[in-house]
Amino acid sequence: MSLLRKQHSVLPGFGLSLGFTLAYLGLIVLVPLSAAFLKTAGMSWADFVAAVASPRVMAAYRLSFFASLAAASVNAFFGLIVAWVLVRYAFPGKRIVDALVDLPFALPTAVAGIALTAIYAKNGWVGQWLEPHGVKIAFTEIGVFVALTFIGLPFVVRTLQPVLEELQPEIEEAAASLGANRWQTISRVLLPELFPALLTGFALSFARALGEYGSVVFISGNMPMRTEIVPLLIITKLEQYDYRGATAIAVVMLTASFGLLLLINLIQKWSRRHHRV
Amino acid sequence: MAVVVTSTFVKPRLMAEAPLRATQDPRWVRWLLTGTALVFLAFFLLLPLVAVFGEALRRGLGAYFAAVGDADALASVKLTLIAALISVPANVVFGVAAAWCIAKYSFRGKSLLITLIDLPFAVSPVISGLIYVLVFGAQGWLGPWLIEHDVKIIFAVPGIVLATTFVTFPFVARELIPLMQAQGSEEEYAAITLGANGWQAFWRVTLPNIKWGLLYGVILCNARAMGEFGAVSVVSGHIRGETNTMPLHVEILYNEYNFVGAFAVASLLALLALVTLVLKSIVEWRHAQAHAA
Repeated sequence: MSLLRKQHSVLPGFGLSLGFTLAYLGLIVLVPLSAAFLKTAGMSWADFVAAVASPRVMAAYRLSFFASLAAASVNAFFGLIVAWVLVRYAFPGKRIVDALVDLPFALPTAVAGIALTAIYAKNGWVGQWLEPHGVKIAFTEIGVFVALTFIGLPFVVRTLQPVLEELQPEIEEAAASLGANRWQTISRVLLPELFPALLTGFALSFARALGEYGSVVFISGNMPMRTEIVPLLIITKLEQYDYRGATAIAVVMLTASFGLLLLINLIQKWSRRHHRV
Repeated sequence: MAVVVTSTFVKPRLMAEAPLRATQDPRWVRWLLTGTALVFLAFFLLLPLVAVFGEALRRGLGAYFAAVGDADALASVKLTLIAALISVPANVVFGVAAAWCIAKYSFRGKSLLITLIDLPFAVSPVISGLIYVLVFGAQGWLGPWLIEHDVKIIFAVPGIVLATTFVTFPFVARELIPLMQAQGSEEEYAAITLGANGWQAFWRVTLPNIKWGLLYGVILCNARAMGEFGAVSVVSGHIRGETNTMPLHVEILYNEYNFVGAFAVASLLALLALVTLVLKSIVEWRHAQAHAA
């Protein structure tokens, strides 16, 4: 141990690099973030509750929560299939498809927003075929769900892929040689192995969807009580110079996101322990 | 020789009769799953991408180039480049410093530091803008002092740069930290033992070792910096030709029903996204090759 510490001190730059890291982290991230909490701490409890629990805000929480949940679930299901196909099967153009999975990370959200609206509006590329059947996507809750599915798509695929690649073929062979059929092997051996990664991908996708703004505002139509998401309400309050109201809602969202971050870390810790056993 | 003969003789028979291996799925399952995955991706990924270019070119190439060459559009391109040119290098310096102290030394609170570095990813873009308004805005902590000294941060370029820096904060650091942790410090120790000073060890030993990871982080960081919408939207003030970045200009044109203009500027951002994906794939490929070698 003492040897290790001595070795470490041989390399110069500890004070400089740690000092710069902490100063930069503090100035760019921690001080501004604490401003949100301090601003809210100055509010009375009644004002706070009035700001974060009015019917219009509650409707936005409900929409953000359920649309994000639906989008993350769809992404978990199809993401598992996409990851499986990309790791296990060979087909022409696979490398291009694999690269394209990251498109939602690379494409600016505003661009995704107007593109999805152009597709699903009633005279749009897909919307014109659905409209006669009474199916409306743009400017409804379904539009919010479609945008959130788009931006959350890579999370599940990218968390599952490395885990799938590292799975030893031996465990599947062992299951098969012990008499399991293919479906039993998948449901009893593979899925339990993949579950922690699937859950992590789901949670990441859900967390991203909760805070998403750019891709949603164009397709949602932003009708109060119906298609307003929580981040949009913050913008609306800011435009009315209601800084306290905006900040109070932001604090509720930040608390939820940090809780989710903690949960994701716990899932990963649990899965690491699970793997070691 | 005999072995070769038997093996060529036996092999075809074995192959013809061999059942599926335990790790293989029947053909119909492979087709069904591949088909499902491709249709899903075509609808959710390819279609939006095609729609951007389709809508941008709807009125022909003339209208497209007129929209792209518009003075306000060009001003937005310039501002986007400025914001990226400041925030990306700042986050590169930070990412290298953070990865250096986390990977090369042991100290208390390290895992807390790593969690805090990831924090901006958990913050909604809108809130990322809001917190800077709370610090630098007219009603904010430093607002009165800034007004007195005639310094504009919110609704001006510095606010846009700050918000962009916040949302792209973790990209380089989170690429470099695991990479440098995995590489260890032996090579740097050797350099120091041979008489190099710290900077020489960094420039000649560490940097060549991390160059692909660093480039990867820069590519992702840049894509987000140029494409950020929510955070920049809060601090920009939307002044045409002055504080509009490309994504904000897309929004303004779209809300004015100038769809060709909006999609034309959007197509530039979509091209940037495609270039990002290509570069990223090349770097991943080179990195895998360097690992295999």
